[in-house]
Amino acid sequence: MPEKLFKVHKEEHILPGNRACSGCGLTLAYRFLLKALGENTILTLPASCLTVLHGLYPTTSVSIPALNCTFASTAASASGLVAGLAAMNRSDITVVAIAGDGGTFDIGIQALSGAAERGTDFIFVCYDNEGYMNTGTQRSSATPAGALTTTTPVLTKQQGKKDMMKIMEGHDIPYLASTSASFPLDIYEKFVKAKRIKGTRYIQIATPCPPGWAFSPRDTVKIGRLAVETGIVVLYEIEDGKFRFTGRSKTLAEKGTRAPVINFVERQGRFRKMSMEQLGRLQRSVNNKWSEYLRRAAE
Amino acid sequence: MSDVQILTGNQAAAYAVKLCKVQVISAYPITPSTPVTETISQWVERGELKAEYIRVESEHSVMTVCISASTVGARTFTSTSSHGLLYMHEQLHWAAGSRLPIVLACVNRGVGAPWSIFNDQQDSIAQRDTGWIQIYCRDNQEILDSLIQAYRIAEQVYCPVMVCYDGFILSHTMMPVAIPDADKVCRFLPPYKPHTILAPEDPRNINPVIFPWQRRDAEGVLRGGYMDLRWKLQHALEGARDVIVETNRDYAELFGRDCGGMLWTYRTADAEVLLTSMGSLATEATVAVDLLREQGIRAGLVGIRVYRPFPRAEVREAFAKVPAIVVFEKDISYGYEGALCSDIKASLYGTGNQAPIHNFIVGLGGRDVKAGELTEAVRSSLAAIASGEKEKQTWLNCMTE
Repeated sequence: MPEKLFKVHKEEHILPGNRACSGCGLTLAYRFLLKALGENTILTLPASCLTVLHGLYPTTSVSIPALNCTFASTAASASGLVAGLAAMNRSDITVVAIAGDGGTFDIGIQALSGAAERGTDFIFVCYDNEGYMNTGTQRSSATPAGALTTTTPVLTKQQGKKDMMKIMEGHDIPYLASTSASFPLDIYEKFVKAKRIKGTRYIQIATPCPPGWAFSPRDTVKIGRLAVETGIVVLYEIEDGKFRFTGRSKTLAEKGTRAPVINFVERQGRFRKMSMEQLGRLQRSVNNKWSEYLRRAAE
Repeated sequence: MSDVQILTGNQAAAYAVKLCKVQVISAYPITPSTPVTETISQWVERGELKAEYIRVESEHSVMTVCISASTVGARTFTSTSSHGLLYMHEQLHWAAGSRLPIVLACVNRGVGAPWSIFNDQQDSIAQRDTGWIQIYCRDNQEILDSLIQAYRIAEQVYCPVMVCYDGFILSHTMMPVAIPDADKVCRFLPPYKPHTILAPEDPRNINPVIFPWQRRDAEGVLRGGYMDLRWKLQHALEGARDVIVETNRDYAELFGRDCGGMLWTYRTADAEVLLTSMGSLATEATVAVDLLREQGIRAGLVGIRVYRPFPRAEVREAFAKVPAIVVFEKDISYGYEGALCSDIKASLYGTGNQAPIHNFIVGLGGRDVKAGELTEAVRSSLAAIASGEKEKQTWLNCMTE
């Protein structure tokens, strides 16, 4: 889709020389989502890899205004921004909260559920690198079963990944999307659309993490693509309850050409102790999810 | 013209919020503070107060909403008690560290476990080191007056202010309260001018990670490290003393009521023993002072109004010559003594006054405290002092076996 590239704003909001790790999936995703959101935006973010990317006082690598908040409070911080801006007659500004999977699936879930239930007019972005990567790869409820982390260092994580999209859908919000750092145009289009919608919007971005997942920084895009090719990560959106595949996942859905999950798993050191049983369970869970998605897409 | 109404402490607090034209209120229910935000929600829903009212899912989120709304320039308010305040603890630090003039009404209540809904001051005392200014109220009139003053103080020194008053004893008890004229309050309290406004026109990264050492910004200007910012907060709180006194004086001139600045005194001039306390317990102690004087003991009282910043100079002056001091308080720093008692002792260090100081821990979890019991406590202390006991901690009306 090279013609779509021309629609992407030229202006950069991440300045050169930030402190993210080389090959960081988040940096790639963040660059494109900020281009879609544009200048009239206020961000709020908890302690996470993104805090590091934003830089250390008194310099910053991001030219969009940002309010750092505590770990559990991201969505509530957005609620306060929305309320304060309304009181100051500045409701034209888009409020965006962005947290990692720990700040979304785990410690941030209460504030997020509250803000979504209230229908707060903001976009919540979860960049999902499947663990507490900023503190050195500890297990989160987004870590898949079979992954080694520094808190599941011997036996691997025994439980599967929490289905956060389903939890957020239970809040009856107008827009949800799942996307991937390896598909920047998919990210861009979803943020352009989300920006125009009122109410709580939830976007989850799969962001491969070279140090946390144990693969070479040069393979970030490849690993992210494999996650989509194998159907572990699915590009889709749910607008007013209507499910729709997007981009590469749409093609996979139409052609039925998903690759086996082993193709994704075998490329990463974190899965080196994954058992055949765990692998089989992962494949079955992907198959089941896809049956549901295909049924919903046909509705 | 002020309008006198019979109000509970919680209603008085709500009226202050309305008079101060607060723009964002965030609330989560907890006994005994709930009626404050219930009352405000009625006014907001009826259109009598133009404000954003955010009904969040926890106190942690309450304080977060106040922080973010204040960061974009809005005047904010909330009220809470006990576990609600404790649940905010992380955000209380964040609010002070962000130098935001948030005002919080703390309706004092005991802290579990086990559960108690009744009054003591352990909740706010446990927040002593968060960087908030703390004001304690004598009666319902002071709740209203102190909250109005709190906004002017907070917005002048860029520090958050906690206005504390005793649960049920004041929060649910009706008293006559003069409600000041709204225009006069507007004259007293100018609109909030934030030190920094987060806006797209002036992009900033507020509260990022900061180093231990100083660093140069993009223009080459040397900026403070973490410790330098902490000193600024300490300096601001120390400097708040003058602002609190001046605000109280201006308020007294305009509205004819004096809350006492940092502290207030009662019959202290010729006192041979000084009682000291905070909040409604200090009000109760004025009755004890009268009773003691009837019994021939020249007692007086120092009511601590502002606990942080601590009124060191005023305490030194008030206690300069007195030969005996009795501290009554509804909190305990476990493993040591009452927090107020420690601070009084520390203030008098090096002043030359080596008077005995006795500490009574009273009324925890709502245990009743009668003026007669305070009187007896003072008499027993004076007897112990006469037999040479310089320091003593007593839990009043408490099974200690």
